[in-house]
Amino acid sequence: MAILEVKHVDFRYGSGPWILKDISFSVEEGERVAILGPSGYGKSTLAKVIAGYLKPAGGEILWEGKPLPATGFCPIQLIYQHPEKALNPRWKMKDSLEEAGVPSEEVLTEMGIQEKWYQRWPNELSGGELQRFCVARVLKPETRLLICDEMTTMLDAINQAHIWNFVLAYAKKHNMTLLAITHNRYLANQVATRILRIPELNHVEVDQSSL
Amino acid sequence: MENEVLLEVQHLSVGFESYNARVEKVFFNAITDLNLTVRKGEIVAIVGSSGSGKSLLAHAVMNILPDNARTGGKMYYKGELLTPEVMNRLRGRQIAFIPQSVAFLDPLMQVGDQVVGTLGEKARALQQKAFEHFGLKQSVAQLYPFQLSGGMARRVLLSTSYVAETEMIIADEPTPGLDLKIAIEALKDFRVQADQGKGVILITHDIDLALHVADKIAIFYDGRVVETADTQTFRGDGQGLKHPYSRALFNALPQNGFNLQRCPKCGATCATWNVDEEGMRCGCGDS
Ligand SMILES: Nc1ncnc2c1ncn2[C@@H]1O[C@H](COP(=O)(O)OP(=O)(O)OP(=O)(O)O)[C@@H](O)[C@H]1O
Ligand SMILES: [Mg+2]
Ligand SMILES: [Zn+2]
Repeated sequence: MAILEVKHVDFRYGSGPWILKDISFSVEEGERVAILGPSGYGKSTLAKVIAGYLKPAGGEILWEGKPLPATGFCPIQLIYQHPEKALNPRWKMKDSLEEAGVPSEEVLTEMGIQEKWYQRWPNELSGGELQRFCVARVLKPETRLLICDEMTTMLDAINQAHIWNFVLAYAKKHNMTLLAITHNRYLANQVATRILRIPELNHVEVDQSSL
Repeated sequence: MENEVLLEVQHLSVGFESYNARVEKVFFNAITDLNLTVRKGEIVAIVGSSGSGKSLLAHAVMNILPDNARTGGKMYYKGELLTPEVMNRLRGRQIAFIPQSVAFLDPLMQVGDQVVGTLGEKARALQQKAFEHFGLKQSVAQLYPFQLSGGMARRVLLSTSYVAETEMIIADEPTPGLDLKIAIEALKDFRVQADQGKGVILITHDIDLALHVADKIAIFYDGRVVETADTQTFRGDGQGLKHPYSRALFNALPQNGFNLQRCPKCGATCATWNVDEEGMRCGCGDS
């Protein structure tokens, strides 16, 4: 049975132009699906709609056949490209990391998170170091679907391969489903079991000036 | 004959005072003894490990490090010692900076005005030309940063260097979030500007894109340059690269196999190994 169903989803910000139009696809439990394509096709907006941060104007998102639970830890978690936007600038790193519980020792070690970073503010770490925190805080058994939106675009190739290796192994072990959003077809080939191309999914006229 | 040197960085170090988990004051060096030369007409790409000090190098040159940073070494711009006073005079006029974090945009100011900056109303026409060049609608000029997508913000940042008639550009990760066509366009611009005699530092994780335009590639690890390579050596099988870290970086690219060496003893991937002048090895045998 499909664990996630995206059914005829439409979205726009306020009364602006349509960003997503009639998007439909489904994902089976344990699958690793890549959504591939250039920027401007609403990949990040789609990620936020699926994670429940944005309400679709039309259509629906079903999780195990039902609408997403409104309370409690969301089984769908999202990692963005820009960790500096995902973290509260007024919180020390430790507080952001442990907001929803302390990550396991294994996750902290594999993500290479150093204790000396705990007392720093987000603007005192490099982009790649911040992203490790963002990954570590969602790798927990309660996360059933992980959406990785350009997760490693800000990382060097070695750390990219390292983090993906670990996320893939973790997903396998905990039967976590993955949705990887990327512009990099080589990366999509390496991490996914199935690739969907966003220009074919999204039936919208792309406004080149808003990419 | 080689072109005139624009920027010369000699024995740069950047360190911080901060607090450890037990709230004791500690000092650590993020950059140690770093040397880099940028000549007129040249694009120097900087690639390498995340957290290796690439952005700090840019911030050190621009004299925008935070107050708790301590620096050592010397920098020269066209032979003149680059003191904070000299830098404050050059910033935005002779040296343009495109920051990595889109958080550098002033949240309270319309983005068109930010691009015009201190250059005055004569730059307004250039700002409009820049927006057109990067495919931004003119109405975007009236928006505030929170109203922009990541790709739009990136193009606003690129417009600032397009407007300023500088001799040198330092771009810190200018392409993530951009449509490939626009990313290539932006890099071609750098090439055109370099061919007109500017010097460019291009900090990027997108090695493929860098290879299109750069003259040489400096590979960073832990606050040092492990190797400066000709662009050609990063193509093909990467065997022309001298340092094992450079080759590991090459082989980890998804298009080159996504491979990571593992320690035969403990299994740790090379992402966690120690790197020094000679090579790289796992630290498990050391203690
Ligand atoms: N204000 C600060 N206080 C303390 N340490 C800092 C500060 N700013 C940066 N650092 C540290 O200096 C090192 C270099 O950071 P820098 O941002 O230059 O890395 P980078 O090479 O640009 O990485 P990335 O590729 O991830 O952007 C990192 O280990 C970072 O944690
Ligand atoms: Mg950086
Ligand atoms: Zn080992």
